[in-house]
Amino acid sequence: MKGNRRHLPTVAWLALMAPVALALWAAGSGLESLLVPYYFRIILLSGIAVIAAVSLNIVNGFTGQFSIGHAGFMLVGAYASAGITMFARPFTESVLRSAHVPDVMLMPLQFAAAIAVAALAASIVGLLVGLPSLRLRGDYLAIATLGFGEGIRAIFVTVDAVGGASGLHNIPPLTSFVWVFLGVVGVIITARNLAASTHGRALFAIREDELAAQAVGIDTFRYKVLAFLISAAWAGVAGALLAHLDLGIDPRSYSFMKSVEIVVMVVLGGLGSVTGSVIAAVGLTWLPEILRPVAEYRMVFYSALLVLLMLLRPRGLFGRKELGLADLLGKKKTVPNANRKEGG
Amino acid sequence: MLDIQDVEVYYGAIQALYAINVSVQEGEIVTLIGANGAGKSTTLRTISGLVRPRRGRVRFMDKDISGLPPHEVVRLGISQSPEGRRVFSNLSVFENLEMGAYVRSDPEGMASDLEQVFGLFPRLRERAKQGAGTLSGGEQQMLAIGRALMSRPKLLLLDEPSLGLAPFLVREIFGIITDIRSKGTTVLLVEQNARQALSIADRGYVLETGQVLISDTAEELLASEMIQKAYLGE
Repeated sequence: MKGNRRHLPTVAWLALMAPVALALWAAGSGLESLLVPYYFRIILLSGIAVIAAVSLNIVNGFTGQFSIGHAGFMLVGAYASAGITMFARPFTESVLRSAHVPDVMLMPLQFAAAIAVAALAASIVGLLVGLPSLRLRGDYLAIATLGFGEGIRAIFVTVDAVGGASGLHNIPPLTSFVWVFLGVVGVIITARNLAASTHGRALFAIREDELAAQAVGIDTFRYKVLAFLISAAWAGVAGALLAHLDLGIDPRSYSFMKSVEIVVMVVLGGLGSVTGSVIAAVGLTWLPEILRPVAEYRMVFYSALLVLLMLLRPRGLFGRKELGLADLLGKKKTVPNANRKEGG
Repeated sequence: MLDIQDVEVYYGAIQALYAINVSVQEGEIVTLIGANGAGKSTTLRTISGLVRPRRGRVRFMDKDISGLPPHEVVRLGISQSPEGRRVFSNLSVFENLEMGAYVRSDPEGMASDLEQVFGLFPRLRERAKQGAGTLSGGEQQMLAIGRALMSRPKLLLLDEPSLGLAPFLVREIFGIITDIRSKGTTVLLVEQNARQALSIADRGYVLETGQVLISDTAEELLASEMIQKAYLGE
């Protein structure tokens, strides 16, 4: 990101978010004791869905590539984080203890490390998958990412050291409201800042017309890989949070259907709209729960609602638009790009 | 300035160019004319790096650029207005022009070039905030050329700028191409509209089935009986 100006929104965001985060921390712990665990769990699942959907939007929405292997990256993140909080735990704890870290901080620090490792592992896998497959276009990329998602699951299922087909159990319960909240804020900041940067504009140009993007001098392949990396890293975070909420990893729940669910959130919200992804992710996580009264017809209603929504809003709930603070306060939005040129 | 030497290009097993030789001197307007599938666009795509030559070399300002990826070719000062315009239709006219300056980081130069582009195409200024997809075909063509100019190229590659435009617009666009040259940008123009292209060009190459059939000054080509019969429809 060229120029410091681009970083200002981040600082402003952080300054704004710090007290909000604190308040939510308190609210979160309050919520946890107030709410039925069932509802609290759905709140956390919504947050994780938001992280997955917004991160997928960077590839499918911003860059216009069609990836349907997002659950595969979540699975990588889930296993990688469990590796830290389960298998590496004696080692990391002894290291932290010898550094005189107070006991209360032991688990949070380890979880933070686990999430970071999850993001790193998922982005490395993202690079390995992206380098060959991002040379492909359209349907071919979709098939390649589909193959990756199912392939990575097959690999984990055959490795007995990580539980084989029965998956991993006894993962410590570390996912709390605050972690999920931080993840949600983090992924939204990442996506919005990316969208506002020169890099983001390169991604949009690729989405609009890849050949024209090349013609104006954009290294399209590099940017597609970059989008893929960022997206995979956040999917890894979502996977880490999910594993430490479920207290286990069942490889079957990270299947192709999971990837499709995330794609549906992104498309329903509006390809390229962060706001849309957030709302669709929350909505689609709650919808099956709200539909529980209709029991076995639940999925029928769910599908019917999806069809209806796509008929009514073929470009998704938000199209490519965003809903920001300015809109909520009723202020007129300035066109950021136009300002930039006149200022320079 | 630009030298294409014995370039051969294949699409898979199909050969598209057979040992093509084309050169462009600084300050010239050179045109490649010929029928559909003669290899005109492939020649441009080879220069801009969208396809790699299997044999031969492309030299630009004494540098071998054959096989360089497109984004590096743009940085060297070759800019292409692709066939079929291909504007970013969901971005505004202004943002399209801004994307054209993607490889640059000199705001002052960009601002003055933007003024130049608006000077050449006043209609783009009127429609600066409008979505590029809402422009007419002629305006989109102007935008595609304007976008290519925003990288301040030494050599401008134009692929079929008259495609699908009404005759009066074609004349307008060709007039502007002459203006662009007079402001110091060298132009390599690919056209099916051979008469119009030759009327503003200094030299021309006639391509047929992936080979250079004839190359000569534009005047000689316009006067040539054979060219008149085959390409000028007389």
